[in-house]
Amino acid sequence: MYLFILIARNTLRHKLRTLLTVLGLTVATISFGFLQTVVDAWYSGAEGAAATTLVTRNATSLVFPLPLSYEARIRAVDGVTGVGYANWFGGIYQDPKNFFAQFAVSGESYLNIYPDYLMPAADRAAFLRDRKGAIVGRKLADQYGFKVGDIIPIKGTIYPGTWEFVVRAIYDGAKSTTNTATMFFHWDYINEAVKRQAPRRANQVGVYVIEIRQPEDAALISNAVDAQFRNSLAETLTETEKAFQLGFVSMSEAIVVAIRVVSFVVIVIIMAVMANTMAMSARERLAEYATLKVLGFGPGFLTALIFGESLLLAAAGCVLGVILLFPLASGFARLMGTMFPVFEVAPLTVLQQVLAALVIGCVAAIAPTLRATRVNIVEGLRSIG
Amino acid sequence: MTTMRTATPLVQIEHLVKSYQRGGQVVPVLTDITLDIARGDFTALMGPSGSGKSTLLNLIAGIDKPDSGVLRVDGLDIAGMSESALASWRAANVGFIFQFYNLMPVLTAHENVELPLLLTSLSRRERRERVELTLSMVGLSDRMDHTPNELSGGQQQRVAIARAIVTDPVLIVADEPTGDLDRQSASDVLALLNQLNRELEKTIIMVTHDAHAAQQARKLVHLEKGELLHEAA
Repeated sequence: MYLFILIARNTLRHKLRTLLTVLGLTVATISFGFLQTVVDAWYSGAEGAAATTLVTRNATSLVFPLPLSYEARIRAVDGVTGVGYANWFGGIYQDPKNFFAQFAVSGESYLNIYPDYLMPAADRAAFLRDRKGAIVGRKLADQYGFKVGDIIPIKGTIYPGTWEFVVRAIYDGAKSTTNTATMFFHWDYINEAVKRQAPRRANQVGVYVIEIRQPEDAALISNAVDAQFRNSLAETLTETEKAFQLGFVSMSEAIVVAIRVVSFVVIVIIMAVMANTMAMSARERLAEYATLKVLGFGPGFLTALIFGESLLLAAAGCVLGVILLFPLASGFARLMGTMFPVFEVAPLTVLQQVLAALVIGCVAAIAPTLRATRVNIVEGLRSIG
Repeated sequence: MTTMRTATPLVQIEHLVKSYQRGGQVVPVLTDITLDIARGDFTALMGPSGSGKSTLLNLIAGIDKPDSGVLRVDGLDIAGMSESALASWRAANVGFIFQFYNLMPVLTAHENVELPLLLTSLSRRERRERVELTLSMVGLSDRMDHTPNELSGGQQQRVAIARAIVTDPVLIVADEPTGDLDRQSASDVLALLNQLNRELEKTIIMVTHDAHAAQQARKLVHLEKGELLHEAA
């Protein structure tokens, strides 16, 4: 009890110094957590992928399509329970800066593979009935004010012309990590127009999405699907959806690595600041530590005293940082809109923040503790803070 | 060798030698000191600056170790004790009064006096009772909840004296206890030390260069250049 009293009062001895140190720790904790959340957002597509979903694409490059005729042969592979397909549309809504993902998909077969997209049954049926129908995610709908029944004009880039889609359903995610910033419409609707305008581009699919019975069979089924089309004009590469998503992340891996490095540099910097604060305090109190030694207090008491103060400061900064990170992250997510479809502070991030604070508190206390416990009593009593 | 012997010493020093390392050089501080201090004595160690009086006091109090020689306090050879054993021994047997009080600035007078008792097995109630008694002995019952910055120099030194005696040590050592006090406060502190010596029969060893302070002691020991010169009663 006495020790805690001493720790608490020592921490508040220099109020301005304590305030500034805690402020620095808070900012560092927020920064660390925020940057980790950005990295998580980068990987959210991969993390949200189901283990029973595979993606088949052209082995040469994603920009090359696959024939529609592959569907039946993929469906026939043992272990496959569902096959859908999708094409990246890449159109523009009003302004190029209004970026959001748009996919032309195979309707019901595609939606069956993604049960995490939740919508009223009636709305889903309405979408399936209407060839010009579209489904938009909740985040997308909130950002642009889309409502069921609205007509959304999209200017095509890959598929020239202005396309009009009718919002038939707004989907929510089953999990907080489900991407609800995407627009889906019928592949058939696009393909019909392509047949008229550019027949040679018709009946081409961007990727196949495959649902399998058991995740343990992923490698086996992937090989089986690719074996079907080996030595054909359009060889395939089949992989788990997670691996497929990670492929996109790897394109910007340097940025992700840089963000991670910066987040840890922030921690190292604040560790140095804390170490300086503790070193200053210990230097000022050397005579007090020597007096405690004279009175008979051992190195254990001094260690607990200094570590206690350091950890208390670190804890204060950490708690404030964790609390403030959530509203900050929410605000950032609203600001970024669909740029980061999923932007959520994960429990692991909070744990990392707490661990970082613990490390900071401990490391900052090491040097002053060693000094205090090793100081010769006579020399310590002579020191002036 | 300089020698002073008494019949029943509380402190027994024989051929004590102490030196310090200063920038690669060995500086002798105490040279072959032999001295006895009897139980219940009030001894003042006097001498010019650098004579080794504070060093001798530190050795007797167990906060420094001699290079060689015998140093017994209450029959115990403290020169051969380990650091942790010395710390425990100090806590139980020595009360230390510093020139600049060395109170914990964030603790109240009550809490400062209670500090040494935390190393005992006394209960919280027992500690409180002893602290209150000790503070009343030094006349500071009404200042119990004041922190050092709310006390005058003389009051702070009286709190320090209370802290020194709260464990009922066999030996009280005081290093220039009046060095930072005005005349009146110094007199009050010296009177208190005198009272502790006469009424509670506390053995007190005090380092001072103040002749007025030294007059309060019953025995004077003069040091110069690390050697004992003479004794005066």
